[in-house]
Amino acid sequence: MVISDETRSKIDAEIGNFPQRRGALLPALHLVHKDHGYVSTDVAKELAEIFEINPIDVMEVVSFYNLFYDRPQPRHHAHVCTNLPCSLRGARSLLRRLESHFGVRAGEATPDGKLVLGHEECLGACAYAPMMRVDDTYFEDLDFEKAKTILDGLE
Amino acid sequence: MLKVPYVTGYLSEHFGDDGFGTLSGYEARGGYRGLRQALDTSPEDLIELLKSSGLQGRGGAGFSAGMKWSFMPTDSDRPKYLVCNADESEPGSFKDRILLERAPHQIVEGILIAAWATGAEKTFIYIRGEYAFPADQVDRAVAEARERGYLGAKVMGKDFAHEIVVTRGAGAYICGEETGLLESLEGKKGLPRKKPPFPAQYGAFGMPTTVNNVETFSHVPHIVCKGADWFRGFGTEKSPGTTLFGVSGQVQRPGLFELPLGTPLDEIIFEHAAGLLEDRPVKGVIPGGMSMPILPANQLDVPMANEFLRERKTMLGTGGIMVMDDTTCMVRVACVISYFFRDESCGQCTQCREGTGWMNSIVERIERGAGEQSDLDILLDVAGKMEGQTICAFSDAAAWPIQGLLRHFREDFEAHIRGKKCPFPGSFEL
Ligand SMILES: Cc1cc2nc3c(=O)[nH]c(=O)nc-3n(C[C@H](O)[C@H](O)[C@H](O)COP(=O)(O)O)c2cc1C
Ligand code: SF4
Ligand code: FES
Repeated sequence: MVISDETRSKIDAEIGNFPQRRGALLPALHLVHKDHGYVSTDVAKELAEIFEINPIDVMEVVSFYNLFYDRPQPRHHAHVCTNLPCSLRGARSLLRRLESHFGVRAGEATPDGKLVLGHEECLGACAYAPMMRVDDTYFEDLDFEKAKTILDGLE
Repeated sequence: MLKVPYVTGYLSEHFGDDGFGTLSGYEARGGYRGLRQALDTSPEDLIELLKSSGLQGRGGAGFSAGMKWSFMPTDSDRPKYLVCNADESEPGSFKDRILLERAPHQIVEGILIAAWATGAEKTFIYIRGEYAFPADQVDRAVAEARERGYLGAKVMGKDFAHEIVVTRGAGAYICGEETGLLESLEGKKGLPRKKPPFPAQYGAFGMPTTVNNVETFSHVPHIVCKGADWFRGFGTEKSPGTTLFGVSGQVQRPGLFELPLGTPLDEIIFEHAAGLLEDRPVKGVIPGGMSMPILPANQLDVPMANEFLRERKTMLGTGGIMVMDDTTCMVRVACVISYFFRDESCGQCTQCREGTGWMNSIVERIERGAGEQSDLDILLDVAGKMEGQTICAFSDAAAWPIQGLLRHFREDFEAHIRGKKCPFPGSFEL
């Protein structure tokens, strides 16, 4: 079993919230991402059993959503929003400078596996631009120095 | 950092106050009085109250909330559900996030009133996946409400049962479209459904369902407490109430402002948002989230309500106002917008899947200086074919902003084509 007992019982509790079992699939995927960072073939198989569907059904859902992954992830995701309101306030120049600071292009992970630097569409923080999302946390009203300090400080 | 609107009204007057997010703090400021009052009113009378208040949905389409509630069947014993649409992903919009963070009990109270009015036994609050902190606030509020007996088998001791389930999306704009959301709620890809049947007949898990936006629910307790006439004291005759306008882009004071519907756009930009950075002139303003066509600088006198915005071929949408100064290249704006829609199309309909791709390739070619005059005709042709023909309104929402840019800023496109390069070197970087 790759899904821990603790996570399994949380998944069962989620299943109780929905009139049909499968309703708890997204909550379950969020839970396994917390534990593993992605959905491996083994995890997909176990989820398929729990939800009484095929592993491919699980993976189709995984591939549809941006926050779900089908392969191991770097320790952190740092995404600069580049939608229009943020771009109007320098988001793209910020991203360029972060790219050269870390020596990667947007979408790539740093060689030490610490983070993947990326861009993202509007995150609902448009008045506090430019901004970035680091894992589950928003950082707003950024400039290059602030963003660099935040990212350099990650474990 | 928790954000607070610069200008507040009844929805947001206590947002500056951290206690407002807690049950005791919310109740100390009059919270849950509306629910108590609603439970002493018949569902029919409540729906009538909502209809006469004129409250329009705040999720983008502006449909009457009371009307929508009245579509829920009353003669069936199938379970009925509500969905609170907290997927907020329309670029330029951030009001729902602040409502979730600062006033989760106001949403819960509105939901419970709607549940009583429609006979729904359960509500799913579907929060966009990136909103981790807002989701925590809602989780906590729901737990507090349950503890206090506002949820469960006997809401406030009455013979009325209701449960709220908080659930999260996972990063897909299309899950904000209500039937895409329903599919996602069922644990599937968020592919919008063909309508009819509408959610009131066939919604979440096949059961009668009403979907309303976070802000729509938030107005409800105030209407119940203070009445339809009071609510109609704000806004215009056709568009009553206040709304949370979000102003972003090149203004001095970007942020959230709660103002009556019908407030003139120029008042919002120059008074409330303090005008443009470096006092530069406006070039264009998107008035209601990215799906809504742009307005040029000479149309900023428009009152921000649908009956006036429609005359200018645009709409209120989510009230997300994006301000662009005179340095802005409108072809770059078209690049950013069309990239977004290309990226987010769910791909079920040919017109949408192909059309968003075409539009994006063409505007990017024009921006590079490789466009031709005939490209403009192709753009308009493609956009025209994307309207009104698809499973959901995403395709229209992708076509409208490009049509708007060509309507008001065709000269920007032509200058790129003539000069074979972008003539706005000072514009925001692409
Ligand atoms: C592509 C697309 C995206 C949408 N995204 C949202 C959204 O994020 N939040 C929302 O409340 N409504 C969104 N809507 C509108 C919903 O379909 C629906 O009309 C709304 O949730 C109904 O609530 P209301 O009547 O209270 O406004 C979207 C519509 C479309 C076509
Ligand atoms: S219009 Fe676009 S987003 Fe909507 S269902 Fe069709 S392809 Fe999907
Ligand atoms: S555009 Fe960046 S948060 Fe909305």
